[in-house]
Amino acid sequence: MVAENGRSLNLGGATAEGGGAKKITGRFNELKSFLLKLVYETQRLNPHDAAACILFLVPIMLQAQHLTRAVRSKIIVNDVSFDVNAGELLAIVGPSGAGKSSLLRLLNRLDEPTSGTVLVEGKDYREISTRDLRRRVGMVMQRPFVFPGTVAENLGFGPQQQGRTPTDDEIEQLLRDVGLIGYAGQDVRHLSGGEAQRVCFARALANQPAVLLLDEPTSALDETAKLDVETVIRRISAQGVTCVMVTHDFRQARRLAMRAAQLAFGKLVRVGPVSEVLNVETALS
Amino acid sequence: MLKQLFPNQVALGFAQAGVTAVLAMIVGFAARKRGIHVELETLIALGRGLAQIVAVGFVLVLMLKGPQWTSAFMLSAMVIAAGATSARRTKKIPGSFQVSFWSILLGSGSVIAVMTWAGVIDGAITSIVPVGSMIIANAMNTNALALDRFWAEVESHVGEIESALALGAAPDVSVSPAVEKSFSASLIPALNNLRSLGLVWIPGLMAGMVLTGSSPLYAAIYQFVVIAMIFASSGLTSLISTSLIRHRIFTPAQQLAIAR
Repeated sequence: MVAENGRSLNLGGATAEGGGAKKITGRFNELKSFLLKLVYETQRLNPHDAAACILFLVPIMLQAQHLTRAVRSKIIVNDVSFDVNAGELLAIVGPSGAGKSSLLRLLNRLDEPTSGTVLVEGKDYREISTRDLRRRVGMVMQRPFVFPGTVAENLGFGPQQQGRTPTDDEIEQLLRDVGLIGYAGQDVRHLSGGEAQRVCFARALANQPAVLLLDEPTSALDETAKLDVETVIRRISAQGVTCVMVTHDFRQARRLAMRAAQLAFGKLVRVGPVSEVLNVETALS
Repeated sequence: MLKQLFPNQVALGFAQAGVTAVLAMIVGFAARKRGIHVELETLIALGRGLAQIVAVGFVLVLMLKGPQWTSAFMLSAMVIAAGATSARRTKKIPGSFQVSFWSILLGSGSVIAVMTWAGVIDGAITSIVPVGSMIIANAMNTNALALDRFWAEVESHVGEIESALALGAAPDVSVSPAVEKSFSASLIPALNNLRSLGLVWIPGLMAGMVLTGSSPLYAAIYQFVVIAMIFASSGLTSLISTSLIRHRIFTPAQQLAIAR
């Protein structure tokens, strides 16, 4: 039941269906955070029951299974397994060089895992066509690589790959979601860094992805632009889009994420509620 | 001056080559004054170029006595050499020899074959080998330019290409700006040849024809014919090489596979 709602709401959130869907999204999120809290409380008492609760109540969107990647015999990602629940925002934290971005690039198969795999809604991602996988698992990169042309042309790129041209209303809705109303005809050369990054968010959302991978999306931005982008991330997450965000900024992870996975030397050290993972981290450092 | 000293044509040729080599070496030593050390390189290149072209001259002398179809062997050997030369200049690119070889073979081979069939190129060895070699040499340069530019475009636009892939674009779509740029950049020399023909330069073939006593008007028209054929085969070669290379930089799972 929840699974059904979650899925249809993802689509509703990204298209221009309007107020009704948003209202339900809000209720769903209330319910979701209540359930997640419940699960985390239970987790302290009995891990097995907690796991059962998660499986039963919150559908799992992505499952990383023993992901390993080696380049020229150097192991960058080492046997990493974790689940991403539908609708949550999971932060991947760790020092630079820990393999965070490399791990993220395995999740939409931008790089090939040496071993291990990813299940997307229960299906091995090698059984899904790569292009379809990347439409469903979108990505926003560290730097905003906008394509030459207008903002609207950038937003239309993803849908056009599926043979679909977004309507003006869809474009407006996407721009509203990222706080760039009226930017449709703007040439991308005239955008600031923060605006260009928000165009990249809208461009990824135009594909109506179920999951959005965020690779340090604010690290190349100044403080104001960073806060603008964080607002966008919060809004996307509230619309029910599952997010996996790489960040080296613990405070940012605390502000945005529900759970965190901590990496060190390519290995997963711990994964859990953000407060726990990051408290241990600060206590150690 | 040399003509009186060397009555024999071949001896005269070597003497003329010697004088020009001295001139080139003077330039090489002049560069040294500016701290650019190319003397040895110049000397080797001069010696090598002379030996190669004299060898070709000998082969032509031998072939003239044989049947016409031997020119096909000569041109094939040239295509292989052109592929190898092109590939040496673009070592970083995976499979650059195969790409270069097939592009040059198809790009120049089809033009030479069709034009010979149509009677634009004379089938005689003395005509098809030099004209064919010009077409092949230009196809080689175009191919090297196209591959080099393509690689540079891809290396400097990894972010854009991967962004396109991450949005569900097919690999061909993600590198299409690089393909377009390398295609047009590789055709600049061939286009410039056409544009400046007669204004800036009177190319070697026309000069040669006039020197050996052809009508200057026919020589001029035929020079245009050759430059136009070179343009056609260059365009074809570049089209083939850019479409072959764009598949080689992706894995079967549509991942950009260039060493970073």
